[in-house]
Amino acid sequence: MIVDSQAEPAAVVLPEPFDPTLDDADIDLDTRLRLFRVQHEIRQLERRLHDLFLQNLVKGTSHLATGMEAVGAAFGVALRSDDYSFATYRGHGHTIARGVPPGPIVAEMLGRGTGLLGGKGGSMHLTSVEHGMMGSYAIVGAHLCIANGAAWSAKLRGTDQVAVAFFGDGATNIGAFHEALNFAAVYQLPVVFVCENNLYMEYTAIRKVTAVRHPAAERAVAYGLEPTLVDGNDADAVYLVARAAIGRARAGGGPSLIEAKTYRHGGHSRADPGTYRPEEEVQAWIAHDPIPMYHQRLLRLGVAEERLAEIVTSVAAAIDAATEEAKAAPPPDPAELWTNVWADGGWQWRS
Amino acid sequence: MAVAQLTYREAVARGIAQEMRRDPAVVFLGEDVASAGGVFKTTTGLVEEFGPERVVDTPISEQAILGAAMGAAMTGMRPIAEIMFSDFFAVCWDMVANEIAKARYMTNGQVACPLVIKSGNGGSVRFGAQHSQSVENWAMSVPGIKVVAPSTATDVVGLMAASVRDPDPVLFFEHKGLYASKEDVPDGEIVDCLGTAKKLRDGGDCTVVALGLMVPRAMAAADVLAGEGIAATVIDMRSLVPLDMATVLESVAATSRLFTVEENPRACGWGAEVASIVADEAFWNLDGPIVRITTPHLPLPAAGELEDLAIPSVERIVATIRESLS
Repeated sequence: MIVDSQAEPAAVVLPEPFDPTLDDADIDLDTRLRLFRVQHEIRQLERRLHDLFLQNLVKGTSHLATGMEAVGAAFGVALRSDDYSFATYRGHGHTIARGVPPGPIVAEMLGRGTGLLGGKGGSMHLTSVEHGMMGSYAIVGAHLCIANGAAWSAKLRGTDQVAVAFFGDGATNIGAFHEALNFAAVYQLPVVFVCENNLYMEYTAIRKVTAVRHPAAERAVAYGLEPTLVDGNDADAVYLVARAAIGRARAGGGPSLIEAKTYRHGGHSRADPGTYRPEEEVQAWIAHDPIPMYHQRLLRLGVAEERLAEIVTSVAAAIDAATEEAKAAPPPDPAELWTNVWADGGWQWRS
Repeated sequence: MAVAQLTYREAVARGIAQEMRRDPAVVFLGEDVASAGGVFKTTTGLVEEFGPERVVDTPISEQAILGAAMGAAMTGMRPIAEIMFSDFFAVCWDMVANEIAKARYMTNGQVACPLVIKSGNGGSVRFGAQHSQSVENWAMSVPGIKVVAPSTATDVVGLMAASVRDPDPVLFFEHKGLYASKEDVPDGEIVDCLGTAKKLRDGGDCTVVALGLMVPRAMAAADVLAGEGIAATVIDMRSLVPLDMATVLESVAATSRLFTVEENPRACGWGAEVASIVADEAFWNLDGPIVRITTPHLPLPAAGELEDLAIPSVERIVATIRESLS
């Protein structure tokens, strides 16, 4: 595979067409319906958070994964409940995909005391240890090293848990990425590195600042990892490679790296309209939207439109209820400022 | 109780071994720590006793080392990681200051990081500017990590045990200039308590607080001053977070004068915080200015003649206290 790094990077990077043969992929219908549901959960959550931002109810910054739902959903469905997820600041989707209820997520975004982190973490640090969601990390690349530690721990404790680290294309140019891949390979850790390559590190195209075309996959080769490139907008495609990589790690086969090509429909963060991207490219990727494609696939497979509509409606009801619950919730108790610095629950550092 | 002469460097391995025997969740990783027994020979014998699964030689990848320690600590292990020279914290400070220190707070208590990061700290060994710094004040400035710096072999064992057993992340600064020092250390399990300063000497004329290598120098200075009729109390702070100000304030109430002896460069050194608290809370107990005896705000030079001028010496401590009290 790959290593066509001498190829002239195109000014506009268009998606490859969806693979029609994946209609026949070895994925049972229940799993596919879950993939459908989780993609909608992510999409509707992100849209709601965007609306709440426009209403000035979401403060600070936030980074939406609209258009990138297939990766989060596929891994959320493929992982076992006791596996570990490590996400980036663009982690709302990865959080809800692990089964974290939307109520505390929306409340955290609104800075409420009922938030997932009591209002202390905010958008970029969503965490729910009880769901295996081990955190969202806002320093690019760091959590790849931390995911290694969780994988090392699983190996030492003799469990067959797997750790997954999601990261953007931009992370492939920071040292922690390179340290993490080598470390995982040397100790054959049960970890899966998942690059969500949405073509832009922040405002700059990754191809403009990276010497190779596939920023994660081609580097992985250098560390002895077998990389996989996948259409990150096809939940079935991602699910198949996720299942294989997770299974391999669980069986003691060591780490692997997946580079999923995808695209965010919006800008990098709430402050960014994304105007640096060519219109032709944006339109082509919006047409390559993972959600309507998956809808059509399920119809082709004989699922009734009514059944899909029911799922969409029930997700909408859950997001609506979460929103109302969060809006009605009080702000954090001022006393919470002083809690949970230390294991004793407090903050004291001197006598 | 039986005792044995133990060097400070041997005490490091003894403390780690004591905890690894007690708790199978304790694992140890770092550069050259296993087969080589550590570049300072502080971890000799550990891989032989506990095996390469629990005592791991790593690549020169400080972010990967601390990330692995953090991820393991979050998921049920009790890792000890080594950063060979404390200067190297600069290449992995994100892991300390942004990840490990903040994880519990920003997840509102969901994530725990019970881990120890041990490191060779400090000067006097002619290694030059990038292998000699005292960086305990970097650590002290970050909320969410505990900071320990023992000055004797016995304290190394007991404070290492306390650090490993602590549910919060601890930076454990060994002083390179003390590795060869030795003392009688009791046999059997030793477990100390973090956040407790130790009064090593009682005297009514002034309080001298010190840390790490500055502790034996402050003690030697107190001996000289005693010959001149000046009685000094000497306190080994032992940990900066938690900071045992109760012991310092109580002593200042008795002596009315405070001197800090700090190896870190002057600006924002740990003694500045101690001085600030004493000025706030014990001002009316003071009979004179609080005096900080520190390394100047300089990078450390390599040549012995220059390094000895930079780091507080016994002579400088004696002269400063003598002059200030006269």
